[in-house]
Amino acid sequence: MVSKTNIAPPKFAELLLEWFIKDELVEEVLGDLDEKYNATLKTKTRIAAKLNYWYQVLNYLRPFAVKRLTSDSNNTDMLKNYFKIGFRNLRKNKGYSFINIGGLAFGITVALLISLWLHDELTYNTHIPNHDKIGLVIQNVNNNGETQTWTSTPFPLSEELRTNYSDNFENIVMAVSWTEHVLTLDDQTFNREGAYFEKGITDLLSLQMISGTGDFEDPTSVLLSESTARAIFKDKDPVNNTLVIGNMPPVKVTGVYQDLPKNTQFTGLDFIASWDFLKSNEPWFADFNDPWRPNFVSLYVELAENTSFESASASIEDAKKKKITEYLSQQNPKLFIHPMDNWHLYSKFKNGINIGGRIEYVHLFGTVAVFVLLLACINFINLNTARNESRAKEVGIRKAIGSVKKQLILQFLVESVLVVSFAYFISLLFASLLMPYFNELANKELTMPWVSSSFWALSTVFILIVALLAGGYPAFYLSSFKPVEVLKSITSGGGYSSLPRKVLVVCQFTVSISLIIGTITVYQQIQHAKDRPTGYSREGLVNVFLQNPTIHQHFDAIANELKQLDVVTSMAESQSVVTSVWATTSGLSWQGKDPDISTDFGMISSSYDYGKTIEWEIMEGRDFSRDFPSDSIALILNQSAINYMGLENPVGQQVTWWDNTFTIIGVVKDMIIESPYANQKPMIYFLSTGPGNVALLKLSPEKSVSTSITEIEAVFKKYDAEQPFEFTFVDDTYNQKFIDEARIGKLSTIFSILAIIICCLGIFGLASFMAERRAKEVGIRKILGASMLKLWQLLTQDFVFLVGIASAISFPLAYCFLKEWLDGFTYHISVSWKVFLLAAFLTLIITVITVSFQAIKAVMANPVSTLRSE
Amino acid sequence: MKETRLGEFEEVVLLLVGILGEQAYAFKVAEEFEEQTKRSVSIGAVHSSLNRLSEKGFLTSEMGASSPERGGRRKRIYKITALGQRTLREARDFRVSLWQQFPGLGSELAGFSSI
Repeated sequence: MVSKTNIAPPKFAELLLEWFIKDELVEEVLGDLDEKYNATLKTKTRIAAKLNYWYQVLNYLRPFAVKRLTSDSNNTDMLKNYFKIGFRNLRKNKGYSFINIGGLAFGITVALLISLWLHDELTYNTHIPNHDKIGLVIQNVNNNGETQTWTSTPFPLSEELRTNYSDNFENIVMAVSWTEHVLTLDDQTFNREGAYFEKGITDLLSLQMISGTGDFEDPTSVLLSESTARAIFKDKDPVNNTLVIGNMPPVKVTGVYQDLPKNTQFTGLDFIASWDFLKSNEPWFADFNDPWRPNFVSLYVELAENTSFESASASIEDAKKKKITEYLSQQNPKLFIHPMDNWHLYSKFKNGINIGGRIEYVHLFGTVAVFVLLLACINFINLNTARNESRAKEVGIRKAIGSVKKQLILQFLVESVLVVSFAYFISLLFASLLMPYFNELANKELTMPWVSSSFWALSTVFILIVALLAGGYPAFYLSSFKPVEVLKSITSGGGYSSLPRKVLVVCQFTVSISLIIGTITVYQQIQHAKDRPTGYSREGLVNVFLQNPTIHQHFDAIANELKQLDVVTSMAESQSVVTSVWATTSGLSWQGKDPDISTDFGMISSSYDYGKTIEWEIMEGRDFSRDFPSDSIALILNQSAINYMGLENPVGQQVTWWDNTFTIIGVVKDMIIESPYANQKPMIYFLSTGPGNVALLKLSPEKSVSTSITEIEAVFKKYDAEQPFEFTFVDDTYNQKFIDEARIGKLSTIFSILAIIICCLGIFGLASFMAERRAKEVGIRKILGASMLKLWQLLTQDFVFLVGIASAISFPLAYCFLKEWLDGFTYHISVSWKVFLLAAFLTLIITVITVSFQAIKAVMANPVSTLRSE
Repeated sequence: MKETRLGEFEEVVLLLVGILGEQAYAFKVAEEFEEQTKRSVSIGAVHSSLNRLSEKGFLTSEMGASSPERGGRRKRIYKITALGQRTLREARDFRVSLWQQFPGLGSELAGFSSI
């Protein structure tokens, strides 16, 4: 039994109260609170009583009851004095304050923006509640003599895992056809992103149902996201209404779920339809002679309790291999699970092993942020130690009156907190102004976290750390002056006193030169890939997406009409766009093929005029032609395919494709279909008479693009009014391939420029001090007949020397780093020494110009005015 | 000069001190306040108000007896001063005069005003 005496009020709350409340109030207040506590205990639980006690204690945080902190403490007076002197110093030396605060503000802005970006990247996909248990089943397969990692799997695998491997999984959900679909309600159409899923999707994504249910008992159900439901049904309740996806039979809305959280892979999922519905309505499911052969579904799994990704991966490794034909098992497919937490940052695989991905950029920009911040701190350190003379007397006097070193250190640290806080608030302003541009550049939707308390807490910690980093050394340095020496104006030091400063300047130059080299190389690499021959003509080439077969039935009529209108010169139908491979095949074999090697060729089927429309380059043989009826069993291969197959005289040779024999009639030059940085995939092209997914149009140069597009739309609408007219320019899509690298290029340019500005600010400040200090020397030299040029040389040569050392350090650093970056691309430039010289030269020029401002001023000064005093 | 007007909360607290008499200390006043108004209030808020009323000269206080449920600690007992009583009365009269000027409602209060 618990005795009453055991139930004392919370001890810590009591202590807290005693700590902050006025001494004369302690007795009565503690008494009152005890009474209250005991009264509460009688009617409520102990926890409620304790909570209430806390509540009462916190409610005593009122001005009348709280001890006066500043009452008679000498310490606070000194702190006030430190702030006052700090402010006065900032005001007195406006120029240096500006350089100090400005430089720091630049640095902090960069660090701030990058930190927000990093936070966004690192929290990607973590907004789905079970993210640490979810994974995607993917496979390593051997093809063309290398290990490829495929993220798609055959559809029967889902059932197979559920039947024979269910111990490992809580939930198994297959998804297919995740892309934009056309949703039709009555006569309105909407383009929305969605996919066909198996039942478990509601649990997998922890969908919050707003109305209706999330189960898929009826295969004709569809779930809509809240925003989609509102867009389509306005204020009406969508549940139990029907709509149409693409050209499928109607489906019934059975539930509406809350929009998925931002910043995840699933964010844009507007609707969820049923896999069973797709399977029973798509005729091609019945056509599979081996359902284990095609890989086209994404298989999501949620791990069971007490299972790890490793153990689950190990147990399902051969699940596919056991089911496939002997021929296909040459590919030796090994299944494994890619955890959701790694999808975004670790998405690249090479030879079956994860080699990172975006995480490289996270590291890269993290490093840049630290370096830029460091540059700004170095400025602070340099300027403050260089200005020692102006503060030396103050230190001497303070020491003579009785300040000890500890107090002086505190004083200088307080000043640096002051400066850093200023800089921080300026950089908050900068960052919020720059945010829209930064978002555009980084392709993000970041906002300043003004209301996040953890942001402000971190900000405070950050200010203190930077203040310590930047102000620590100057505080120790300045506080160690000996009062007698400084008051007698004996300048200490000699040659070595400026050594630490020089080391720091060299650090700054090293970072700047490395950044310049990096930026130029990134641009050269992008340009190099852009200059790579495409193998076809992108000019005026337009993709129009075909969602139903209506256009196909009238294809020739549409083509003729458009040609007569002089809008297009050529037009073809194709299974996929020019800029990516949508289908591959492993069923190709030829004379001399090693039977144990599995292959994987990209394939594109098209109508007759495909080659003419994209203007591919035939190297050998001929294009498809209507004059040869046998072309229906003809293939055109690209050079990579021929090289891989090792055929001497390819044209006319027979190739077996699954059970049929095809004849090679032509060889085309490699086209850049996927990455412009990689080697091109072996490709086969063949004729197809069925409806295509894409119509390719070559615009006629006679008419302007906008009028052509309007006329094309009109003609397409004439034959198929229902289908939304959707098109892309091949040139745009092609340029998308460079977007990531171009973004890196732009960002690194901006960071280099900022780094250089920060360096210049620092050098400018240092140079002006140096010029001031050597004013007398310059005056005497001038009187003795030194030429202006010689004097200028005298004042600038130190800095030139420092740039030289920095170059020597940065060259090997930049070389190693860039070589590694470039080696990540198959098609890349080699690092050029010219870039290194250019970067060093640029830095030198900038430095000399910056220093010369001060040097020339010093040299031009009348010696009389500098020498008059003393 | 110190503020001498009464706020609504202060007026209630002052009245409660009068009602409680010898038992008028912060905890009891807070409890009585909650009892009478059905509004919850923290002891700190009441204490702060009592303190302010003392500064204005409406209340005086002295340390009183202790009791076991207070852990043997003494309590501060508040008493209304003459100034406090006068201010309370003035506040009441002012209200009543306002009520009487309120057409339609003034007559209902006729009996009350003659007290």
